[in-house]
Amino acid sequence: MRRLTPYLLALPSWMWLGIFLVVPMAAMASVSLQTGNAIDGFAMTFSFSNYTDALSRYSPQLLRSLLYGGLATVAMLVIGYPVAYWIAFKGGARKSMYLFLLLLPFFVSFVLRTISWGFLLADDGVLFGPLKSWGVLPVGFHVLATTFAVVGGLTYNFLPFMILPIYVALERVDPRIIEAAYDLYASRTAAFRRVVLPLSLPGVFAGVLMTFVPATADPVNAQILGGTSNTMIGNIIQTQYLTNLDYPTASALSFTLMAVLLVGIFIYAKALGTENVLEAAAR
Amino acid sequence: MDPSINPALLRGMTQARTRRDAFRIAGLSAAGLALAACGVQGKKAAPPKADAVKEFWAKQTKHGRVVFANWPEYMPENQAPLKKFQQATGISYEYKEVIQENAEFFGKADPVLRAGQSLGFDIVVMTNGVQLQHMIDLGYVTALDHSQMPNFLANVGDKYKDRAYDPGNVYTMPYTSGVTGIAYNTKYVKDEPKSIEALFDPKYKGRVGMMSDAQEIANFGMFALGLDPEKSTEADWQKAGAKLKAQRDAGIVRKYYDQSYIDAVSKGDVWISMAWSGDVFQRQLAGEPVKFVVPEEGGTIWTDNMLIPKNAANPLDALILMDYLYQPAVAAELDEFIQYVTPVPAVQDLLRENAAKAKGEAKKSLEEMVDSPLMFPSEADYAKLRTYTKLTTKQEQVFNPIFQSITQA
Amino acid sequence: MRGRGLGDRLLHAYTWLIIVWLSSPIAVMILFGFNDKKSKSNTTWQGFTLKWYHQLFDISDLTVALRNSLVIALVSTLITVVIGTMLGLAIGRYRFRGQGVTNFLVFAAISTPELVMGASLLSLFVSGNVPRDANTIIVSHVLFSLSFVVVTVRARVIVLDPSLEEAAKDLGATSWGTFRQVTLPSILPGVLAGAMLSFALSIDDYVVTSFVNGSTVTFPLWIVGSVKTGIPPQVNVMGTLIFGVGVLIAIATSVTARRRA
Repeated sequence: MRRLTPYLLALPSWMWLGIFLVVPMAAMASVSLQTGNAIDGFAMTFSFSNYTDALSRYSPQLLRSLLYGGLATVAMLVIGYPVAYWIAFKGGARKSMYLFLLLLPFFVSFVLRTISWGFLLADDGVLFGPLKSWGVLPVGFHVLATTFAVVGGLTYNFLPFMILPIYVALERVDPRIIEAAYDLYASRTAAFRRVVLPLSLPGVFAGVLMTFVPATADPVNAQILGGTSNTMIGNIIQTQYLTNLDYPTASALSFTLMAVLLVGIFIYAKALGTENVLEAAAR
Repeated sequence: MDPSINPALLRGMTQARTRRDAFRIAGLSAAGLALAACGVQGKKAAPPKADAVKEFWAKQTKHGRVVFANWPEYMPENQAPLKKFQQATGISYEYKEVIQENAEFFGKADPVLRAGQSLGFDIVVMTNGVQLQHMIDLGYVTALDHSQMPNFLANVGDKYKDRAYDPGNVYTMPYTSGVTGIAYNTKYVKDEPKSIEALFDPKYKGRVGMMSDAQEIANFGMFALGLDPEKSTEADWQKAGAKLKAQRDAGIVRKYYDQSYIDAVSKGDVWISMAWSGDVFQRQLAGEPVKFVVPEEGGTIWTDNMLIPKNAANPLDALILMDYLYQPAVAAELDEFIQYVTPVPAVQDLLRENAAKAKGEAKKSLEEMVDSPLMFPSEADYAKLRTYTKLTTKQEQVFNPIFQSITQA
Repeated sequence: MRGRGLGDRLLHAYTWLIIVWLSSPIAVMILFGFNDKKSKSNTTWQGFTLKWYHQLFDISDLTVALRNSLVIALVSTLITVVIGTMLGLAIGRYRFRGQGVTNFLVFAAISTPELVMGASLLSLFVSGNVPRDANTIIVSHVLFSLSFVVVTVRARVIVLDPSLEEAAKDLGATSWGTFRQVTLPSILPGVLAGAMLSFALSIDDYVVTSFVNGSTVTFPLWIVGSVKTGIPPQVNVMGTLIFGVGVLIAIATSVTARRRA
């Protein structure tokens, strides 16, 4: 019975993922190699050219998305880590309350949130209007319809997904280990760098995973907050799927995006793993 | 051992699959591939023969319920016209505001109808354009029975009777129409922009809004060059594309909007933009500093049409409701709320009567509606207006990239 | 104890700053739930009123959509938490065949763009003749929430000390008893974090839901539909109430925690 335990535990999720993820994905892979259109039908022609065509046409948007996603992820890491740290170590009995407060805005629809953001960031709105009339900002200044707005929106929208996993990993760290480090004359930074940070890395990895991927693929922030040169790959895929009904191109782009993200994450995992193995060996 | 990184996790993420795992994935994939192997079948349907239509409708009976899918804010919140319909005919209704974009709606409807299933809606409203064309071409729309459409035939305006996208109203009945023109913020733009060139004027650099929809922006590109979208060719599209690209490269456009331009114009983020008449009218009524104008070179007129999708559960009830909405009194009640262009010309006089009888604020807004060229365009206005370019599937594949490469660069 | 007060206080203030920043659009939303607007748009302040609170359920479609969203979120969170925790335990604790595939699948579920997930699910349901309604929405919500719960629980489980469980077993506890009294309390923070994430994801989801909803409307779907012509203040009020309930729960947890401590 013992040996079966992991299989039984995993079985429901396996079935769910198998039926609702693997099968449709395989179907989509098949479609990505077909040619045709919605009216006359599609036929399997093994056209790998779908991939090369899509890549050559849309590589600017793909690279741009990786850039925005990367910037947003770094921003979220920098902004979110201290918050996770504080709640995990100093939150005390009110930890759940802080977590809840962090997640609360996300019980409200993102459309409402993003539109409210747009309202706050309006050229002559409550934030910039007064600043402009006092001469602090030039009249032509605007945040909306710029790259900054889009990356800012991505950072805002996915921040809790960075904070939560880091918190979960940090929370398990026994504060006595840190005390021990201090007792051994470690400075605050050294204690953090050599004790806390490595222990939090699984959380950081999970956080990066849960933020970089959706941020890179997100179409909504670019749509609502962006300008004319902020189109991301998510917007392109959306247009191909829903407006042009060009399923082969859309599928090819989707797989390309997923492949690129996979590669990025694998490299990151390897880098993390290698680092840690070395450090463990050194202790 | 360092507990911080589970080696199993890392190994799982970075190692090659074992053969067993590979076979497992392959097995599932094969199943999926088998499903999709034949590709997605396309079916171009021939228009139905008249006898087939008659036969179909002869078999239909009233079921006593109808499910009406529509765009948001195309029906008063209390659904009064529908309630009155229920009292008059005994047919119960379900009203769902589930349509937000033609393309998205078609994308969801296509697999369902292709598989021969029902959408779950008896009446659906779609704008004339590429997707409606697809619906008709693919045989997804039930042809209408004109013998059961007395109100429609009696009250529909001539302009809405024989449109290019549905000659003879075989499939559709217009619900409401609108005009695409120019909206501008009166605080920042002092002289009324009469020409479409205003959208391309460098003095509005970074303050111009354009629409992201390929058909909308294509029309305006062509108007700016003096071309007629209804008669345009690929060469014309290329020229329009070049003009729009120049506009973009000069930094004149702030953003390509799908629907939310009106907030931007009202707030002053954008000073001048492509816009739909009804949006501007509603804001004007509320006292916001926006105005609408149809450029001299031309504007676009589009129509949202009611249609009965294939395999609808209650086609006869649907037809009855669609026709009911063409009674002038009902159409007037609808138009008072929707504030776009009604296909029933008699509504204008009815609203004038209502305005005469009303008092205070209601009276003011009714009078504004009656006099507004946005709700009741004049003949001169109509002369300037054109519909979207009609495209075959092959042409679509040339048309779309030209304009999408500008709006989605 | 060393004098680290200033650093701690700065971090404390910083944390609150972030919480405020995250909530600022919410403040806008709450405010405009009191806006006495006359036009269809709700973007300029026209006076204070409570009337939208009275007329909260006037838009029957909206009320139905909200109810749908809440029910779907609850059900899908429940399912996700149960099977996700099980899988997180399995991966984090045991070595078994197919672990590599499982990790890969979990990762694939996260890295699939919502658009792609939605489109592929719709094709699946259609070819399987499955009617699209609240059930298909729940299925799809579980699908994209699953990975988040699994990853969060796993991060928690892999730093757990297995000797506690061994000790419990040695003392005669059953597997289920061990789980309930030793394992579960230890991983509970991870499970709860995953549950909150899953609920928030579900109630907020637009893209995937828009593909598989059939004729069932959820709250985000309804809102997006109304953007073009102006979001009615009832939406703001509902958002405010959801937010308010959340705040109350947070306060309640904090108070009970303090009593316990």
